[in-house]
Amino acid sequence: MTTLTKTEDAPAPTGPESFLSVRDLKVQFSTEDGIVKAVDGLSFDVERGKTLGIVGESGSGKSVTNLTILGLHSPRSTTVEGEIVLDGKELVTASERELERLRGNKMAMIFQDPLTALSPFYTVGRQLSEPYMKHTGASKKEARDRAVQMLEKVGIPQPKMRFDDYPHQFSGGMRQRAMIAMALMCDPDLLIADEPTTALDVTVQAQILDLLKDLQQEFGSAIIFITHDLGVISTMADDLLVMYAGRAIERGSVREVMREPRHPYTWGLLSSMPRLDSDVDEALTPIPGSPPSLLNPPTGCPFHPRCAFRDEVPGTLCTDTRPSLGDGRAAACHLTAEQKQTIFIDKIQPRLR
Amino acid sequence: MSDNLTLPAQQGPADVTPAEPLLEVQGLTMHFPIYGGFPIKRKVGAVQAVDGVDLTVGVGESVGLVGESGCGKSTTGRLITRLLEPSAGKITYAGRDITHASRREMAPVRSEIQMIFQDPYSSLNPRQTVGTIIKSPMEVNGIEPEGGREKRVRELLELVGLNPEHYNRFPHEFSGGQRQRIGVARALALNPKLIVADEPVSALDVSIQAQVVNLLKKVQEELGIAFLFIAHDLAVVRHFSQRVAVMYLGKVVEVGDRDAIYNRPRHPYTHALLSAVPEVEMDDDAEPRERIRLSGDVPSPIHPPSGCRFRTRCWKAQDKCATEEPPLLQISGNRAGHLTACHFPEEPTTEARDEDVILDPALQALEGSADQG
Repeated sequence: MTTLTKTEDAPAPTGPESFLSVRDLKVQFSTEDGIVKAVDGLSFDVERGKTLGIVGESGSGKSVTNLTILGLHSPRSTTVEGEIVLDGKELVTASERELERLRGNKMAMIFQDPLTALSPFYTVGRQLSEPYMKHTGASKKEARDRAVQMLEKVGIPQPKMRFDDYPHQFSGGMRQRAMIAMALMCDPDLLIADEPTTALDVTVQAQILDLLKDLQQEFGSAIIFITHDLGVISTMADDLLVMYAGRAIERGSVREVMREPRHPYTWGLLSSMPRLDSDVDEALTPIPGSPPSLLNPPTGCPFHPRCAFRDEVPGTLCTDTRPSLGDGRAAACHLTAEQKQTIFIDKIQPRLR
Repeated sequence: MSDNLTLPAQQGPADVTPAEPLLEVQGLTMHFPIYGGFPIKRKVGAVQAVDGVDLTVGVGESVGLVGESGCGKSTTGRLITRLLEPSAGKITYAGRDITHASRREMAPVRSEIQMIFQDPYSSLNPRQTVGTIIKSPMEVNGIEPEGGREKRVRELLELVGLNPEHYNRFPHEFSGGQRQRIGVARALALNPKLIVADEPVSALDVSIQAQVVNLLKKVQEELGIAFLFIAHDLAVVRHFSQRVAVMYLGKVVEVGDRDAIYNRPRHPYTHALLSAVPEVEMDDDAEPRERIRLSGDVPSPIHPPSGCRFRTRCWKAQDKCATEEPPLLQISGNRAGHLTACHFPEEPTTEARDEDVILDPALQALEGSADQG
């Protein structure tokens, strides 16, 4: 995708289409044990009406990135560097007041666990209409109408009666629907969905994913979709960013990354995952070891301690130098393009069939 | 339904119904009572978590149990390990009725049926060393292996891919995947014949899941241990289990060998489950799969629907489904060992249909308007 470009020197002029652009974002937490580099030099763009998928394991920094975009990190223990530009507005340096005006209005979030994200003390209807009243200055009646309309849109039966229910009176799938309705109340331009279906059952997950896709077509919001599930992301996203240890290690359209992955970590992810049509007699190929600690990430390429193809790279390049992620379709790896091609065709592709 | 489906019946794998059943479950039922009322509390209802489950696990066989949360799959596992007392039904282990066996009667069986838990963080005692954790089943059962318990623990650690030197470490020093390996080692300590694994990989990261699945598969094949593999991830279950049972709201709706369930499912719920699995499309020429989107959530097991329990979300439901409960039978067109509980079964294929089945009202509304506009 042409819009997924990393600006090297001139960060300011973002393309007219890229609605959100994140440049060289660094998020660090100071903890008792030291400084955690949760996100380390991340850049990406999101177009209007498109979905960017971010995949990664727990602790890869995918959620932190998005909490930082919304400004939901604790300012006391967090240092944020780099820039986040939403529709021409710089968010890293924005004041709390400005962020408040944007949150729930221009950008909204769908959280993983709707039971903890919804307040148990207020009715679902009140939680839906309050931000709407605050942002648009609508009356109580107008907000109620809007909320009922949204609840109906996301498929809550008898929305007029359900408006006055509390979250505990909703089932898991319905709560997640209510969350989506809440996020869409003010017709946001950017929707961040952080593992929105991980807590749900498969059949309900399928309903919610399709619902999000259909609603996006209608509302035209840009979506950042965060998940650890490659299957979910491949049905949802247009573009894909694979994260590992706080860095983006591969980027491209979903099709490109899924069909011709170029990074050893992506190869590992794809071949460690059983599929409904894979050969059951063949053992899965797991990635050895476990994800690194962000307190003390490995030098050079963060994936090198677990990488099966380190020997193919001459010298100590992998342990010394951090590979950069190029423009557009790219992977941050020291292997040459030809090496990647041959390894993928000879060793990886047969496992995926 | 279609008569031409009887053809491949002979080609089915021979081990569909193993000659020697290790565990037999008949009509297993667990109703958790609900108490209420004032001033005297009385039973006002029951959560019908498991309601008449029939299941067989052969010696050395791996049986998968899939279903959504609240369908009773974990309760079934706990009943089989006798961590819960069943309300009704019969559990036969190696020819012995253990349904209501007393503590003393259970003692010799306990060491042969072991369990692996879902959460590797809460299932290991944080105050005990790994050595103590793995050793304790041997101590409880008074087993003194050759060469001493410590030697056996070190062997087990090595078997599950951990360093035997880690004998004196505490669980918090290990990652999630390593902790799950400790759980596996503990389950293996007594040379069990049956392991009930309740969602053993769902708490782990994607790249770690494969490590644990491979370990369990190795253990199952090399040591010949029978597994009851409870999980909601259909792809993992398919990879691990020779036979699969699909549960819905406390009942087994379909059971059969791997090929029958994944390629020739008959029950509408199995179709819906399979079509809901999000899959990475690796090929362009992969056959398109059917698309079924149910409406709403699973009904409450306190007041389950009459007749067929799936009928409230089923697109084929008719009056008969509400009045008559479908028995779990080998319906016409099924191969031996493939049982389906449905009055109006689906065609045995997962290929895309001419028209998607969309029951969700919100999706219907959104997609309907998109089609017209």
